[in-house]
Amino acid sequence: MRVTQGTFSFLPDLTDDQIRRQVQYALDKGWALGIEHTDDPHPRNTYWEMWGQPMFDLRDAAGVMSELRSCREAHPGHYIRINAFDSERGFETVRLSFIVQRPAEEPGFRLERTEDRGRMIRYRLHPYATDKPSGSRYGK
Amino acid sequence: MLDTVKINSPPTEGQQTPATVDLRALYAETQIEALLTELDEELIGLAPVKRRIREIASFLLVARARERLGFSSAPPTLHMAFTGNPGTGKTTVALRMASILHRLGYSRRGHLVSVTRDDLVGQYIGHTAPKTKEVLKRAMGGVLFIDEAYYLYRPENEKDYGQEAIEILLQVMETQREDLTVILAGYTDRMNTFFHSNPGFRSRIAHHIDFPDYTDEELLAITEKLARDAEYRLSESAREALREYIVLRRQQPNFANARSLRNAFDRARLRQAMRLFQLDGEVDATKLMTLEDSDIRASRVFAEPRSDDDATRLN
Repeated sequence: MRVTQGTFSFLPDLTDDQIRRQVQYALDKGWALGIEHTDDPHPRNTYWEMWGQPMFDLRDAAGVMSELRSCREAHPGHYIRINAFDSERGFETVRLSFIVQRPAEEPGFRLERTEDRGRMIRYRLHPYATDKPSGSRYGK
Repeated sequence: MLDTVKINSPPTEGQQTPATVDLRALYAETQIEALLTELDEELIGLAPVKRRIREIASFLLVARARERLGFSSAPPTLHMAFTGNPGTGKTTVALRMASILHRLGYSRRGHLVSVTRDDLVGQYIGHTAPKTKEVLKRAMGGVLFIDEAYYLYRPENEKDYGQEAIEILLQVMETQREDLTVILAGYTDRMNTFFHSNPGFRSRIAHHIDFPDYTDEELLAITEKLARDAEYRLSESAREALREYIVLRRQQPNFANARSLRNAFDRARLRQAMRLFQLDGEVDATKLMTLEDSDIRASRVFAEPRSDDDATRLN
């Protein structure tokens, strides 16, 4: 099941050139860019691992793209996203966030029902991928 | 400068490529002429440098034309080394170079990131690589100007982290040539030693440009231009005093060409302000604008014998 979160996630995966142009758009707006990755696809998993520090004062997308390249090499089976932070209001706010790499196979989620007090039903979303320990999910 | 040259398309190319490229039109399209003329007008002297820049510009233009006709073209190596004495305009030219490369389409953003050793080399193990990479990322799409580049390599200390920065630089200079142009600058003799001990750099740098010292006449012209830009003017006697000043200053240690003259000009302005203040009367526009010879002759350069090499008291 395809994970859809962030901008463009209902579109086909962006090509590298499309990613570069989105990054350039963000840079032209004066936003800082950060690269993050994870292998836990749960939708409530907000804090992904940072790949290095967010990049400030860049002028051209080439710098971000080379970081993205090295992140992909280090984490071939992970989700990777690019975040753009806008500091206009005095704090870094995410203005744009999109997935730039996803695992070849996304096994999806299982819905679990738990019976709570008074026969009340509680629902829980369980990603199949997290059955395996972190680092050995998605093949690699 | 360029005549219209018609280039026949190579026989192997039959498809969509045009048969000729009008170099003159390409030249006009890039609006490079304006930049080069500006360079000629605003920078005094430096004839060999200007000639080299024109050569590079023509070469890049021809490379563009070749590309349009479908010649196979690896991106040309543009990394440069500027060598010359202090104050000969290396940084100024580097800034112009960035916009020239931008106009010709060999630099996407046309900005200049100016760094020295401190910005590239870290203080402890593992600190250098992220620092250098961050600078490189900031410079992507533009020009990275490394001032006093020979400081990167410290042969007397083999544990020096400069070597790490050099290796990263070399790698990026080779693999991301189309993203980044590196300009190394420094004093001629020390840069020669630097290149000698880092042959990797020498071979990756396509253009070595040597900046000659300014002549006395050129320095005078530069000072007058500085004055003009700041809306000052030199009286006839002040010009004469400045002429003498240049001759004397050149013989003294720590002479830094145009930079010394800029400092001298700044100090003359201070003295002029003091002199006007002591007049204690009304001043008019001419008085406010004019630097007199007393403003220049009050300099210590005239007072002290040249054997005194206390650098801090010069100018």
